[in-house]
Amino acid sequence: MALLEVRNLEKHFGAVRVLEDISFSLEKGNILSIIGSSGSGKTTLLRCLNFLETPNGGTITVNGETLFDANDIATQRESEVRKKRLHFGMVFQSFNLFPQYTALQNVMLAPELLAAEKPDYRANKKQLHQEIESRAAALIQRVGLADRAGNYPHQLSGGQQQRVAIARALAMEPDVLCFDEPTSALDPELTGEVLRVIRELKSADSTMIVVTHEMEFARHVSDRIIFMANGLIEEEGTPEEVFDHPRSEKTRSFLQRPAIF
Amino acid sequence: MLLTVLAALNTGFLQTLKLFIVTLMGAIPLGLLIAFGSMNRWAPLRFLVKKDMPKWQKRLLREQLRPISMVCRFLVYIIRGTPLMLQLMILYYIPGQLMKGGSPWGSGETGRFFVSCLAFIINYSCYFSEIYRGGIQGVPVGQQEAGMVLGMTKRQIFFKVTLLQMVKRIVPPMANEIITLVKDTSLARIISLQEVIWAGYAFLKGSHGYSGLVWPLFFTGVYYLLFNGLLTLLFGHIERRLSYFR
Repeated sequence: MALLEVRNLEKHFGAVRVLEDISFSLEKGNILSIIGSSGSGKTTLLRCLNFLETPNGGTITVNGETLFDANDIATQRESEVRKKRLHFGMVFQSFNLFPQYTALQNVMLAPELLAAEKPDYRANKKQLHQEIESRAAALIQRVGLADRAGNYPHQLSGGQQQRVAIARALAMEPDVLCFDEPTSALDPELTGEVLRVIRELKSADSTMIVVTHEMEFARHVSDRIIFMANGLIEEEGTPEEVFDHPRSEKTRSFLQRPAIF
Repeated sequence: MLLTVLAALNTGFLQTLKLFIVTLMGAIPLGLLIAFGSMNRWAPLRFLVKKDMPKWQKRLLREQLRPISMVCRFLVYIIRGTPLMLQLMILYYIPGQLMKGGSPWGSGETGRFFVSCLAFIINYSCYFSEIYRGGIQGVPVGQQEAGMVLGMTKRQIFFKVTLLQMVKRIVPPMANEIITLVKDTSLARIISLQEVIWAGYAFLKGSHGYSGLVWPLFFTGVYYLLFNGLLTLLFGHIERRLSYFR
């Protein structure tokens, strides 16, 4: 059974239909890239998965557990939504690091707050803190920033900030890690270092969904590709199928957009 | 003579200081409460929204008829829209006019001090609330969303993420407002609170065996200047302490 199952997901803002009848599934350890022009609903889809938006219809299932069902109000309680969010991680286009914390503290904050809610927290405070700190340090090292762990976000380049944001998301050990155009706010020379980190995560059998405009990256790293247009999944398949033999006319014209110069 | 004057002015300035400190202790937390109140989105009539309603009606029910927010904003409008001196007089004299047993405040300095504190706390918490609101709304939404996707509760997000960023934003406007407060305490003279300007003026009117003595009144300016100088240094220090992040 697939790790993530999305069925008939719908989202509208007033009269505007942003997502229509979105269904797909994702196997554990796979990378899914979502491509498509601006306004096609890619970001909204990720925001629905992370419960930053409430879908108007459909279901979201992870590991056989139905996290969201538009017809079942019990799955939408605020108190439970918080726990459900932990199945998904999110890396934002604009990083959204907490400016008052160092890189290491950014990674440690949420795990510490979560640990503090455990009943045995008081007894093992020191030990838990050390475990979280060493895990955070290991993650910072994994994204190649061991020497910048004590730096504040404003002392880091955009690419470095985004790598810290990736480490921060990984620290919560989500089932599915979502990237919302992770390199769109970066200079071209900083894009590579972030994409490299994402590619290296693949070997560690993380399951990921990447919304991206980097076609070369999507083609070489993904197991599956979804092309979205006007809130619909226009085409889905392996990178070869979508990039080399697109069936849909819209996909073809999107991929063949002529270079401007 | 000099010693007599200084002693009287010191006593007056002590009263000024007391009013200043009590006002801050009351208005800083109360302002936060009013700020949250005016940002409250509770709209009990939103269930009346029907699909085929005109747009303005939907907006009215969903976004405008928010009672908690309306009450707080109306309070802020009234308090900011009228002079503090008038508020002091209303609070001091009106209850005595309305109540059968005469003024509930009593006639002594204690009563005057109590009314002054009350009026100043209400007045300043309204000003502070608007500064807080600006500070909270100035923190990018992305910060809250980052907290949410990391599984943090609203409370944790406010205290661990938003609060310090808000404090950093509001230090300069709060410094401005607090320095204004130091000088505004002199308004309490209108209900004869014996603060420093009252003490200085007493030498002009005649007291302590002196009358027509002009300089003590003007000398009170030195007290304000010294104290505000101290506050300016303090706020500069806080601003520098918070400059480690952006």
